[in-house]
Amino acid sequence: MHSSLTRIAAALVATTMLAGVANAETLRWARASDSLTLDPHSQNQGVTHTLGHHIYETLLDRDVDGNLQPRLATEWYLKEGDPTVWVFKLREGVTFHDGAEFTADDVVFSIERAKSEHSNMRQLHAEVESVAAVDDYTVEFQMVGPAPIYPNNVTNTFIMDRGWSEEHDLQEVQDFASGESNYAVLNANGTGPYVLTSREVDVQTVLTAFEDHWAEEPPAVTEIIYLPIADAATRVAALLSGDVDLVQDVPVQDIERLSSTEGFKVETGPENRIIYFGYRFGEEPLRSSNITDSNPFNNPLVREAMELALDRDAIRQVVMRGNSLPTGVATPPFVNGWTEELDAYPAPNVERARELMAEAGYPDGFTVTLDTPNNRYVNDEAVSTAFVGMLGQIGIQVTLASRPVAEHSPIILANESDFYLLGWGVPTFDSAYIFNDLVHTKTETHGTYNVGLYSNPELDEKIISLGTETDLDVRNQTIAEIWEVVKADRVLLPVHNQVLNYAMREGINLAVHPEDQPRMTTVTFSE
Amino acid sequence: MLAFILRRLGQSVLVMLVVAFIAFMVFRYVGDPVVSMVGQDATTGDIEQLRTRLGLNDPFYVQFVRFVGNALQGQFGISYRLQQPVSQLILERLPATIELAFASALIALVFGVVLGIYTALKPRSFSSAVIMTISLVGVSLPTFLIGIGLIYLFAVELKVLPSFGRGQVVQLGWWRTGLLTESGWRSLILPAITLSLFQLTLIMRLVRAEMLEVMRTDYIRFARARGLSQRAINFGHALRNTLVPVITIAGLQLGSVIAFAIITETVFQWPGVGSLFVNSVQVVDVPVMAAYLVFVALVFVVINLIVDILYFIVDPRLRDGARTGR
Amino acid sequence: MTDLPHSPEQPVPARTSRLATFWRSDLVWSYRHSPVTIVASIVALALILMAVLAPWIAPYNPFNPATLNLMDGMTPPNSASYSDRYFLLGTDNQGRDVLSTIMYGSRVSLFVGIMATLFAMVMGVGLGLVAGYAGGLADAVIMRVADVQLSFPAILIALLIFGVARGIIPPNHQEGAAVWVLILAIGLANWAQFARTVRGATMVERQKDYVAAARILGVNPILILLRHVLPNVLGPVLVIGTIGLALAIIEEATLSYLGVGVPPTQPSLGTLIRIGQQFLFSGEWWILLFPAVTLVLLALSVNLLGDWLRDALNPKLR
Repeated sequence: MHSSLTRIAAALVATTMLAGVANAETLRWARASDSLTLDPHSQNQGVTHTLGHHIYETLLDRDVDGNLQPRLATEWYLKEGDPTVWVFKLREGVTFHDGAEFTADDVVFSIERAKSEHSNMRQLHAEVESVAAVDDYTVEFQMVGPAPIYPNNVTNTFIMDRGWSEEHDLQEVQDFASGESNYAVLNANGTGPYVLTSREVDVQTVLTAFEDHWAEEPPAVTEIIYLPIADAATRVAALLSGDVDLVQDVPVQDIERLSSTEGFKVETGPENRIIYFGYRFGEEPLRSSNITDSNPFNNPLVREAMELALDRDAIRQVVMRGNSLPTGVATPPFVNGWTEELDAYPAPNVERARELMAEAGYPDGFTVTLDTPNNRYVNDEAVSTAFVGMLGQIGIQVTLASRPVAEHSPIILANESDFYLLGWGVPTFDSAYIFNDLVHTKTETHGTYNVGLYSNPELDEKIISLGTETDLDVRNQTIAEIWEVVKADRVLLPVHNQVLNYAMREGINLAVHPEDQPRMTTVTFSE
Repeated sequence: MLAFILRRLGQSVLVMLVVAFIAFMVFRYVGDPVVSMVGQDATTGDIEQLRTRLGLNDPFYVQFVRFVGNALQGQFGISYRLQQPVSQLILERLPATIELAFASALIALVFGVVLGIYTALKPRSFSSAVIMTISLVGVSLPTFLIGIGLIYLFAVELKVLPSFGRGQVVQLGWWRTGLLTESGWRSLILPAITLSLFQLTLIMRLVRAEMLEVMRTDYIRFARARGLSQRAINFGHALRNTLVPVITIAGLQLGSVIAFAIITETVFQWPGVGSLFVNSVQVVDVPVMAAYLVFVALVFVVINLIVDILYFIVDPRLRDGARTGR
Repeated sequence: MTDLPHSPEQPVPARTSRLATFWRSDLVWSYRHSPVTIVASIVALALILMAVLAPWIAPYNPFNPATLNLMDGMTPPNSASYSDRYFLLGTDNQGRDVLSTIMYGSRVSLFVGIMATLFAMVMGVGLGLVAGYAGGLADAVIMRVADVQLSFPAILIALLIFGVARGIIPPNHQEGAAVWVLILAIGLANWAQFARTVRGATMVERQKDYVAAARILGVNPILILLRHVLPNVLGPVLVIGTIGLALAIIEEATLSYLGVGVPPTQPSLGTLIRIGQQFLFSGEWWILLFPAVTLVLLALSVNLLGDWLRDALNPKLR
């Protein structure tokens, strides 16, 4: 796309580099898929949020270390004397792209919208009973009970303008079942640093800098051309051929080549996502095993043997090309509750693992099927294939069932898998998020992804208490206790934390964002 | 005549219904759309609720009847993935696919016919053997590999052609064309070649075979005996007789080029209906998948119908919809 | 076969006279005079032998995960690996010997390709004969179904059938059945070509006097079809069959690119190419190149044999 022009432009930039940064900088930004919708509350999905953050803004934000930062809210605190009310002080002098002023009323409207029936953001605000504007720049959130870590949940909930939304009939979030599409799917009016100029779904989206944005410094990138390129090889080729400037989803095997090629570089950083293997608990025999009278996974010795068979460092080195952080606990380091001791993992020991298998009563091993997605996580299928080989060495003969994630997820969620690979991101940066969905006994509201059906009533009780415990020290102590049991019980078999890689042409600087939601406002240009 | 057309029309409608039916039956096995629609934070209760609301818990014949009913009114619903009306999505993407399909059909036809004639006229020559062999290399590799190989060579190493996309487009009414800009033409080259290789080989071999057959017929021998020049025989008589079945096949193939474009469009990030379909399959976007399949079936049915009617007009002996040369 | 008398001076024993006749037949004549075909058949034979004999001649067994050492991964051709083993063509990202995986992979690909083509052939020829000979309603139904089938690219059909099979077979048995599902999917996606060709040829044959005569004499139609019509349509069927075989092998590869296909622990040639394709830019060229060359050689030689067969079987072209 405009490749000859760009090359000329690039040459011009190179020759006039001494003159400093050019005034108008266009950034052509490619990643694997497009944002699903511009309706801010319709989808709770990383790619969609990433684009959203350029057009809309949230009350709070996270920096690249994962810490909460002020954005549309400048201060936030529990109301004095009432731990069930969160107060947010709002930024003054903020305007929407259409010129309307940003006030507390817009926050009330947006949170209510995000809580409404068709919103996919509503789980994050389930603890909010009501929202009220105290004055133009103060909002109070009445929670159903004490909610000590609620501010973690607002970092992806975008604020819309009430006036604009009502004008275009947007009180309701896009309803999939309605058969119609609402105005906000293709149009936007936020307070964000960029204004939507044009959008062609799956092809390109153009954003230009918002001149009246509240930030003191205007962004170095004045125009963003966002280009989804589905095929990984094509995406890398587009960067190498100069057709794009920045590629977000870089295959790990291409990193070395890109960083060693003149004119390109790769930024690397940890992602807030853990990759783990899960297995079925309970007495019932496995569906895919030759052992038909018991469940080998239910035997702690077998789980220990499997952990000793798993060579995390080999996976890191060969399958991930050094681009992963092997770990012994099912939480990324960003998350509250993570400790170095938990993170430690045993060195692989096949001898000992074989002994454990014999001790457990399976000297000849057993057969089982491992379900793995093949298009969801970084080299997911290769990670599973590698583990199949390692398990083979201790007698566990694994058949690998590799499926696209659209097929994998339903099988997993229906509790139909004996043994599976899954990844888990932690948008709240708090362990409770992991416990709620992966450790708590599976019910209507909890343990959605606890598909191995692990159940420990004692832990369940502790997990529930985390939601309302206001003394943060007590709460953190409970988290530590839960992790201890989860790790000792080997509820999950963590492999590694994913590492993110952004490849770009030389002269662009962009740090990796732990939630893979980079902000083009943070891009700087250099020589 | 009218009865024949009516009967074929009836059959075509039946074909469309069968296609829709099969397609619909299949969707329930491709995966579950709801899981990718609700995101990680949704509870089991949320998932179940959305599934019910979308009618995915209904028996599949109920879903099918509802789909056909809506489709008859031109309603294909909204895409689960992109939340836009499906008919609009397909219409937006259609020009890209049609331009790509025509370009590659043209390449296939021109080169296929020329090379086919050449190899037929010099059946024993070394160059013919080389052409025949090389043409096979093109179909001996999976399309995705050819596409990526071309990108690597022409975009990354030589840097002469764009690696992806459609270049700059110009809006002509609802038709978005890439044929009016230089970057549009340059972007078209690699995907069109990739897509044409298969048909090119097919057409070339067909032309060669037909041409060889025709050259053996009494009619050509007679022409030769009459002392007509070799050139006049080759192009005046032999070729003309060859082209009828060739054009028939080429016409029928146009439909399959559109369908074949799925892989090519994905590799080149070509914004056509094929890549839309692949993206939809990945998240089980049932409304788009259904509409796409019905659309492809419609293209084929229409082309088949036209070919049949033409045959009927050309050769009235072929009643009963019988066709030769296929 | 080895001591077949070649020289005409030698007395030809009565027993070998049939062989001698065969040796002098048109088919063999055209074979002997086509160097391309001779090379193609040698290549095809070598590849098929390599695939069939893989368990005995391959240096390693890449389908046995317990023997793999992940740390051997990405070893370049002809160099020492981490665990000091020797890999002539290097290893892939799982530490599998590329040469052995190609041998075993060709086995999978050829098996899927041949079975799928046979399946398509039997189904297509059968239905084509019936449609062409019977005409009327049977013809209309069969050809309309063929229309439906041809309305979709083979890949799409295979994808859909694969999906249905996945839905019907319980999750835990899917991987064992994967190869058969592939065969079914690719076979069902390709029968219509056979049916169309055979139907056309049958309709032509049906008009001929000898068939009409046979019919008047009250010969069983099945007998007519098998004895008179089938031999006449066999040529084109064989030609479509060989090209279909090449096509089926490629289709298997494409399905694998789309993420469905044989389990990645037992890769076919197509799966190997899909995996190798990821290393196009990263410098591990051997993971892609060797399987790709094998696939091209296989498909090409089969296609060339199909070509020769077409020309040789068509007496009008001789």
